[in-house]
Amino acid sequence: MLTELATFSDRLFVAAAGIYALAMIFHAVEFAAARAKSPALVGAGAPAEESTRTRPERFGRMAVAVTVLGAALHLVSLATRGLAAERWPMGNMYEFISAICLAAVVTWLVVLRRSPSARPAGPFVLFPVLVLMALAGSVLYVPTGPVVPPLRSYWMSIHVSTISVSSGLLVVAGVASLLFLLRRSGSLAGVAEKLPAADALDRLAYRITIIAFPLFTFAIITGAIWAEAAWGRFWGWDPKETVAFVSWVIYAAYLHARATAGWRTGRAAWVNVAGFATIVFNLFFINMVVAGLHSYAGVG
Amino acid sequence: MAPTETPTRAHPQRDSPTPRPRLAGVWAVLRNGWRGLTSMRTALVLLFLLAVAALPGALLPQRSLNQRLVEEYFADYPWLAPTLDRLGFFDVFAAPWFAAIYLLLMISLVGCVLPRTLEHAAALRAEPVATPRNLSRMPHHASGTLDVGLDEAVERVRSRLRGWRSVERPDGAGRTISAEKGYLREAGNLLFHLSLVGLLIGVAAGKLFGYEGQVIVMSGGGQFCNTGILGYDTFRAGLRVDGTDLTPFCIRLDDFRAEYRPNGQAESFRGQLAYQSAEEVASGSDEWRTHRLEVNHPLRVDGNRVYLLGHGYAPRFTVTWPNGEQRTGAIQWRPVDQATLLSEGATKFEPPGITDSEQRRTSQLAITGLFAPTSSGGDVVTSVFPALLAPEVAVDVLRGDLGLDDGRGQSIFQVDQRMVESGALVRVARANLVPGESLTLDDGTEIRFDGVQDWAYLQISHDPGQEAVLVFAVLLLGGLALSLTIRRRRFWARLTPTDDGARTVVELGGLARTDRAGYGEEFARLRADLLDPPEES
Repeated sequence: MLTELATFSDRLFVAAAGIYALAMIFHAVEFAAARAKSPALVGAGAPAEESTRTRPERFGRMAVAVTVLGAALHLVSLATRGLAAERWPMGNMYEFISAICLAAVVTWLVVLRRSPSARPAGPFVLFPVLVLMALAGSVLYVPTGPVVPPLRSYWMSIHVSTISVSSGLLVVAGVASLLFLLRRSGSLAGVAEKLPAADALDRLAYRITIIAFPLFTFAIITGAIWAEAAWGRFWGWDPKETVAFVSWVIYAAYLHARATAGWRTGRAAWVNVAGFATIVFNLFFINMVVAGLHSYAGVG
Repeated sequence: MAPTETPTRAHPQRDSPTPRPRLAGVWAVLRNGWRGLTSMRTALVLLFLLAVAALPGALLPQRSLNQRLVEEYFADYPWLAPTLDRLGFFDVFAAPWFAAIYLLLMISLVGCVLPRTLEHAAALRAEPVATPRNLSRMPHHASGTLDVGLDEAVERVRSRLRGWRSVERPDGAGRTISAEKGYLREAGNLLFHLSLVGLLIGVAAGKLFGYEGQVIVMSGGGQFCNTGILGYDTFRAGLRVDGTDLTPFCIRLDDFRAEYRPNGQAESFRGQLAYQSAEEVASGSDEWRTHRLEVNHPLRVDGNRVYLLGHGYAPRFTVTWPNGEQRTGAIQWRPVDQATLLSEGATKFEPPGITDSEQRRTSQLAITGLFAPTSSGGDVVTSVFPALLAPEVAVDVLRGDLGLDDGRGQSIFQVDQRMVESGALVRVARANLVPGESLTLDDGTEIRFDGVQDWAYLQISHDPGQEAVLVFAVLLLGGLALSLTIRRRRFWARLTPTDDGARTVVELGGLARTDRAGYGEEFARLRADLLDPPEES
């Protein structure tokens, strides 16, 4: 029964990833078709203009609807994984990355709900999610199983969940800042011009970060409380702790940069991208290359 | 260095009137230096430096975490490691340059936050600023006419602005109301930064007055009392700890149990602990309280914590000399493979009853080799499972001078190889034994492998600063949440009665002082409530 549930969870994971891929294609179609818009606007009359405008938009709306479906399957995949393993489903890299991706997708859907004009950023948000899920589903995949004794604590559900959600938020914020920089730089004009307005992207990155940062802080504090009970000290500069500290300092710098004349937009965005880079670095390099107390990857 | 969205508030020091420098040069240098240090830009640079400086702590092996990896690094990069070592890269978080960065950052923070605290305290007492002459220039603006007299209109605005700090001022024939809200943003911001300082002080207190020691305790009644540093196998003392002031509580490991899944993955470790607090020990009580010691479930006693870090096995041997004398020894052997708990060690014996030191030195015994909790069987013993399913030892028995008398400490897990090389210690037997089996040496000495005892690797930690750190961490988080969610905003209303006094012209203006995004909706609600009263709609 439990193994069937585990298989079911794996299939849902693959299905969710496939659906995100489909959504990304729909987004990309809308994005690409938006180029055809300008000549049509100039040349053709009102009816032609309407038809060229609605078709890409239909793809865009479909992309969002499909993403919602994917997120629902993804959530069920994670939940059934937990049921099959009879524990909180964030005990190894596969599950952890799955949770981060779900958080990123849900964040993106909330963003879309509040400002639908952000939709052209869709392909670029779903792309890193797909890359992460592809890695998680292949090289990082491990079958369901129990976790080692140190992970058996209710702090795991609190610490790892909040880390996952804040990481997911920061992925979207990082992409928004990258797109902002692209949009502002003017290079790749064909792509950049179709992105949401620069200040909208910048505001998006900032708004997500100010939610993610306190959550990330909370996650680090719960990690410290747990480490005090599990490892004998609340902070020990374990490699993962160290890079989390680095990320925290960089995001603190981002918030300060936002309040400093001359740093407010462009440089601040670079700082946010740097923070994003440390999050990804912490996720892969520290878990898989450096040996530390957080080496729960279940691989290598 | 506290973040805010308003440029003029980012550098509060710069707004202060410049005192006329009398001792011109020195004062100017000091003042400019201080302003530079406490400016937001410096804080930003220091934050980046802190982030960059911490990175080698994750990328290079650190002494505080794993001495062995540092040694490997020295072996792998002999041309680079000594230089890195001189610069402190293997002890990043104890390096002076790392401390310099965070101390400068803290000074910068205090220098920025203290004046802002005073400023905020003044702002809390001050009245909201006067209504600007031209409200239509405000980012948010609306106007309308109410079909009520001035007093009623004022009352309406006043009641809507409950919860705002507001003040009314006469304005020609009419009145203005200035209101401001969101003071908690700055309060949260200040709380966050001051908590950061408190947190650092808490951490420093822990580093000064805390200690941490590890000790191996035998299951089946092994005892440890926290009376001094010598009782520990390893001990890391805080800078102000000399070991004379430890809390002398006692623990006893009555039983230890490890369970494993069929694939060898650990299922649970459980130590049955008995303990007495220092007070109970002093009172001579023989009552012991019990605690189930597990991973994630430390014992907390007298402000100390006892953790279960690991476990292993101690094979027990009995040596019977030809004269009938017997000695039994069981000392921990060290796991060389954490997955199967294959262990190595050296159990050492001295022949009893021999007083002649020369003779003593030639007849000491050491039983060294490998221990497998679940042996693979066969001639070459290796372990296939970490639990005690089929224990077996593969031992060499060495006889001669163990070199215990030369005053140097030696490993409890090994014999002194120089004694072997010099020929003072000679191998006299080699055998694989399962519990109950024995071997006999050429002089008739019999060595029996009796069985196996568990031992637990415990850590005792003392950190007097950690409660303070937790409190400050929670305050920090609360301050952060306040400062990032609350918006500081201003609202003005100018009410002017029409000439007949029956109606009132209302002009509204709004300005977000911190984060423009988001005030629009609230302003729209205020406008709707004040200018489109429900009875009219």
